[in-house]
Amino acid sequence: MSEELVIKTGRPDMMSFTLPVVAGLGLILGFLTGNVIGSPWIGLVLGTLIGAGLAYGLNEMVPKKSIGRWGVIIAFAVIGLLFGGLGGAVGGAIIGAIISWFAYWIGRGTYRDDVPIYSTPGQTLWWNFFLFICGAIFIFLITPILVVLPLSFNAEDFFTFTPEMLRLDPEGYSLKHYRDFFETDDWQLALKNSLVIAPIATIISVSLGTLAAIGLSQSHVPGRRAIMAVLISPMIVPLIISATGMFFFYSTLGNFLEGTLGMSKGLVGYIKVILAHAVLGIPFVIITVTATLVGFDRSLTRAAANMGADPVTTFFRVQMPLILPGVISGGLFAFITSFDEVVVVLFVGSAAQKTLPWQMFIGLREQISPTILAVATILVVISIALLTTVELLRRRSERLRGMSPG
Amino acid sequence: MKLTKTLLASTALTVAAGAVAAQDMANDMTLVSWGGAYQNSQQKAYVEPYQEMNPDVSIVWDESSAEAVAKLRAMNEAGNITWDLVDVVAADAIRLCDEGLAMEYDPEELLAEGDDGSSAEDDFGDLIVSDCFIPQIVYSTTVGYRTDMVGDTAPTDICALFDTETYPGKRSLEKRPINNMEWALLCDGVAKEDVYDVLETPEGQDQALAKLDTIKDDVIWWSAGADTPQLLADGEIVMGSTYNGRLFSVIEEQDQPVAMLWDAQVFDLDGWIIPAGLSEERLARVKDFVKFATDTQRLADQAAYISYGPARKSSAPLVGEHAELGIDMAPHMPTDPENSKNTFVYNYEFWADYRDDIDAKFQSWLAQ
Repeated sequence: MSEELVIKTGRPDMMSFTLPVVAGLGLILGFLTGNVIGSPWIGLVLGTLIGAGLAYGLNEMVPKKSIGRWGVIIAFAVIGLLFGGLGGAVGGAIIGAIISWFAYWIGRGTYRDDVPIYSTPGQTLWWNFFLFICGAIFIFLITPILVVLPLSFNAEDFFTFTPEMLRLDPEGYSLKHYRDFFETDDWQLALKNSLVIAPIATIISVSLGTLAAIGLSQSHVPGRRAIMAVLISPMIVPLIISATGMFFFYSTLGNFLEGTLGMSKGLVGYIKVILAHAVLGIPFVIITVTATLVGFDRSLTRAAANMGADPVTTFFRVQMPLILPGVISGGLFAFITSFDEVVVVLFVGSAAQKTLPWQMFIGLREQISPTILAVATILVVISIALLTTVELLRRRSERLRGMSPG
Repeated sequence: MKLTKTLLASTALTVAAGAVAAQDMANDMTLVSWGGAYQNSQQKAYVEPYQEMNPDVSIVWDESSAEAVAKLRAMNEAGNITWDLVDVVAADAIRLCDEGLAMEYDPEELLAEGDDGSSAEDDFGDLIVSDCFIPQIVYSTTVGYRTDMVGDTAPTDICALFDTETYPGKRSLEKRPINNMEWALLCDGVAKEDVYDVLETPEGQDQALAKLDTIKDDVIWWSAGADTPQLLADGEIVMGSTYNGRLFSVIEEQDQPVAMLWDAQVFDLDGWIIPAGLSEERLARVKDFVKFATDTQRLADQAAYISYGPARKSSAPLVGEHAELGIDMAPHMPTDPENSKNTFVYNYEFWADYRDDIDAKFQSWLAQ
């Protein structure tokens, strides 16, 4: 009976549906807000009442949606401002936006817009729940990264949102952790080490990994699968086990380089860490390049040979340009592996080779300083910039080559 | 200069940098310490002045003191000692010395005389608890509490830790038996002088664990010195144990609503050890540094950055004001008469003998 009504009017029933559902959201938001100000139960009751009131008032008395929504947002922001200053105003505006949107969304039946008209209430519920899960996944992925950004501007030396920060008081914010990063020798050494070790390790892994992938894609190589398994093993064996093994292996190697060949302690340290990271990066290059080689037409190399090109020329002029995307993405993975790696470098390196992850890990354990968050923020910004640049360059080259982007 | 050279050389990868020029002393040193405010005090009080005097020397910090024993064992096994000087607590120094991983030294030869003319041996006195241990500071493990979370009656004695009725809320304790067992017995009615006698017996150990059991649900266990300050600043705990220097930093430097409970503070020592098996050049550099870093003035200077007492008797009169805050440091020292009205003397010999047994018992109790 009520279902026919819904289809006919396009609006769900006010008393049995809209009121309780919006009141339910009001309950949750009220409870959360109440927790912030220290009286969750009062918040819960007030939130429920406000939710129900808004559901009725907005849908019945304010037919123009934009007026209703802005009215609620501004009202909530003013209430927030009175109780919690600037931070409260922002929080109030956000809550007002959420609940007024929800009230119209539920009250006008907009939630049924994207499902076929013959869907049962269960299917409609599932469809919207599915959208909600998708949204939740995004939130879970991105919030831990976003939380770090404001905390890195904390004026105090703790991982805490201070009351000043929540009030958006300029006193609560400071750039001192960024200053600390740029002025402390320890952090600068770590930055330099990361910038030396990761690129060199990447170059080594890309060259060796590409050659290995090309070799292993030839059908006449004996024991291809076994060789492949060995080369990929660093990716599969738990890192801590590789790291323990590498510690003893590279210690012996280092003693030989230092003792017999007379290299300096610092240089040997770098060689050890770079080699260890190159080993960790090689599997990524092999896998991506092998995947690209599947689509590579072998007759091209034969055609090149037919035209008199030697294998080296063929490789650089014919094969390499075609598999380049695979090589580059393998290289990116290898770079990130080295740049992010903390376990192996803790074992193989000495303090003179400490990288950014090492310094962050140690800093987290021994002094919980927001400098780590400042570094994390810088790294996030740099990664976004790098990825954007790569993507823009790719589109540009495709445009130049007359291909459409995508 | 040295660093750029190394970087260039490693970029080329094929270039062998060649042996260090013929010198008596190595020019780079890796010092191992605890990070945080403590390492900073060492950096300011003796590393920076030393580098000013010796501009060629580059010094790298490794914040690995917490696992110094395990790492030194592994390095020794692999024949690859990368550390030059390691900051450890006295108990670890005793273990490392027993295992032959730390170098024994002669105080008269290695350490400078006191400013007042006393010999190094007399100046450090019985703080040299092991033949390998070069004492730097006296610190204490004590309890800090949130002043805004304890109600009207601030706690005055250590048993507030166990009094969840008057002081409800979480407390943080170190994840090891040392100190916790002693405090538990003290608060279970055992007299101070009898604590270690009781703790020797299995019944005594059970008694201590039973007392800890009463607050087990309210305890957050910490393993790094920075944990308790962070938890206190967050208001996640009402009180917690940590090193007095960390609490000083929370209270005076970070200005958090935290106060200190000096009652039954446990004194301990921290100092350097030189790893066994250093090459002659490296050892010569380390010896030169240690002689400078542990002299009377340097140890007194360190107290201007952190509230730990200098290990030399002759340094005590030189302790002045905090380097940045300008407050008098003496009242913040664990050894100040006002703070040390009721102290607990940590028994090294007892823990050297019973550590493994009680550790095992404690860990299995934790896991229950």
